[in-house]
Amino acid sequence: MATTLFDKVWDSHVVRHVQDGPDVFFIDRHFIHEVTSPVAFLGLESRGNSVLYPERTFATADHNTPTINQHLPVEDALSANQLNALERNAKKHGISHWGLGDVNNGIVHVVGPENGITLPGATIVCGDSHTSTHGAFGAIAFGIGTSEVEMVLSTQCIMQSKPKAMRINVNGKLGLGVTPKDVALYIISKQTTSGATGYFVEYAGDVFEDMTMEGRMTVCNLSIEMGARGGMIAPDQKTYDYIAGRAQTPKGNDWDKAMEYWNTLSTDEGAVFDVEFNYDAADIEPMITYGTNPGMGMGVTKDIPTAESLKGGVETYKKSLGYMDFQEGDSMIGKEIDFVFLGSCTNGRIEDFRAFCSVVKGRKKADHVTAWLVPGSHKVVDQIKEEGLDAIITAAGFVLREPGCSACLAMNDDKIPAGKLSVSTSNRNFEGRQGPGSRTLLASPLVAAASAVEGVVTDPRTILTANA
Amino acid sequence: MAYDKFEVLTSTAYPLPIENVDTDQIIPARFLKATERVDFDINFFRDWRFNADGTPKADFPLNKDIYAGSKILVGGRNFGSGSSREHAAWSVYDFGLRCVISSEFADIFKNNCLNVGVLPVQVSAEFADKLFVAIQANPKAEIKVDLPNQSVTLVATGESESFDINLYKKDNMLNGFDDIDYLKNIQGEITEFAGKRPF
Repeated sequence: MATTLFDKVWDSHVVRHVQDGPDVFFIDRHFIHEVTSPVAFLGLESRGNSVLYPERTFATADHNTPTINQHLPVEDALSANQLNALERNAKKHGISHWGLGDVNNGIVHVVGPENGITLPGATIVCGDSHTSTHGAFGAIAFGIGTSEVEMVLSTQCIMQSKPKAMRINVNGKLGLGVTPKDVALYIISKQTTSGATGYFVEYAGDVFEDMTMEGRMTVCNLSIEMGARGGMIAPDQKTYDYIAGRAQTPKGNDWDKAMEYWNTLSTDEGAVFDVEFNYDAADIEPMITYGTNPGMGMGVTKDIPTAESLKGGVETYKKSLGYMDFQEGDSMIGKEIDFVFLGSCTNGRIEDFRAFCSVVKGRKKADHVTAWLVPGSHKVVDQIKEEGLDAIITAAGFVLREPGCSACLAMNDDKIPAGKLSVSTSNRNFEGRQGPGSRTLLASPLVAAASAVEGVVTDPRTILTANA
Repeated sequence: MAYDKFEVLTSTAYPLPIENVDTDQIIPARFLKATERVDFDINFFRDWRFNADGTPKADFPLNKDIYAGSKILVGGRNFGSGSSREHAAWSVYDFGLRCVISSEFADIFKNNCLNVGVLPVQVSAEFADKLFVAIQANPKAEIKVDLPNQSVTLVATGESESFDINLYKKDNMLNGFDDIDYLKNIQGEITEFAGKRPF
């Protein structure tokens, strides 16, 4: 029978199916960080359990870490306490730990793939909803709660009902200035913030085949923003080239053996999805959001839709625009901005910094804009320096910070002040997400860069065309 | 036993007829810094319940005396979207709620609720509207959530709707069991499975 990529990976990880209940689902790789793991370890210890397979869990500090002066003790006592708890728990249970300052440290969804922990056909979970990122490699990867973190620590399994399968095909060629982030924001604007709830998505078609691994990670990362548990893309030569030779990828015979399995990882011709959508690459513009969920996005040159043009939800829509202090029918282009954030597990990789630099090179940051450029990991920092991007960044009046989740969720000091407008390459524009009262416009690194130099929301194509 | 058993709950309810309530609203990230699970009710809906100076916002439903003590929250469609933080479900529980009713839940939040002893009850959009209208007409309107019979009823009128829950999770809620008890019982089967994994 013709089966989907999702079915193949899911079904091969079912230890047993509970009658009238979920599957006992085996987890190959488990990432933990300082915020959602401490209570799981408390639970584990209070029950007298131990970590069943410590070599399958990987700890990295990222969510509340400072992005300056990481060589100094962490000032915030509560953050320091969580970071210490992560280190202590990892050490006690024999789990590898990449704390602040470690060469492998960085955002969990950046360092996993960098170190070859993320593999095709694997099941990967983490107490973080953007775990969907790892689906870029043909893995089934999704976020879990802390109770489930404890389950994985003590049994390497969780109890999960199998989601339904959705396929999203995007064919054609992307236009100038249209990045993977725009593809994702476009899809989410069509699906809405909850349109894929209950589904696991496979992305297919020319656009994803042509995309780099970094781009695929950006797209899969954002799957959760339309309610999907995760998203995945079938592995191909690009995937194998990316993972080959990384620290923890299989080597020699193990690689050959794994490759036999990986070669089976695609959706069979004729396999049926519960639902399927087709989009045309030519319809996608550089995107920007104008509301308080990631589904409220549009082409950057468009005007904010009127409440009447929507199907229901008028009160919620008006509340959202009220929070943003925007009016129906407003143009986004030209709105004065206060902050720019480049970074996060969505857009904190080398390609994102290359894109940002392609716009700011030879230009200057607008004086009134505060910009935080936060690489996803130390390896990204090293690559930025190796490629000389740091010189471009400095010359344009920007400063490169140290790795971490930073202003994406503002658990550390990188908080956008109340009322201020931020163009952010992160993943959520929820009320107060980047700090109490902050207002977020989600966009690509190109839109962020163009807006940073102009000081107002700007279509990056105007600059890219001038560059050409 | 991780939480109290859930069988039949009859209570008034807090109405929150707003769509896409995300977990950053339920509990903002800056309150996720604890290393123990205590007192998450304090910052439940922090920025919707309180002004920046800490004074309560009088018109927010969770602050209204008329609803005080309710054990049920009726939320708008797509309740609990966004972050996987279980702290959101903890804050629901710690606030004294044992049941959230909505016409749609985000997946991770729904799982987290079930794992901490909060029953997520998904009803039709029409029935959810009926509940909001009833609460607006009478803030003391009682709702009966009957887990054994998988039904939710507006007590005053008897209007009722059934809801889905898989038998395994239902059994857990009725008995206060959790998944770890189940998984530890089949550890031999799990280790045998693990031995066959290619990596």
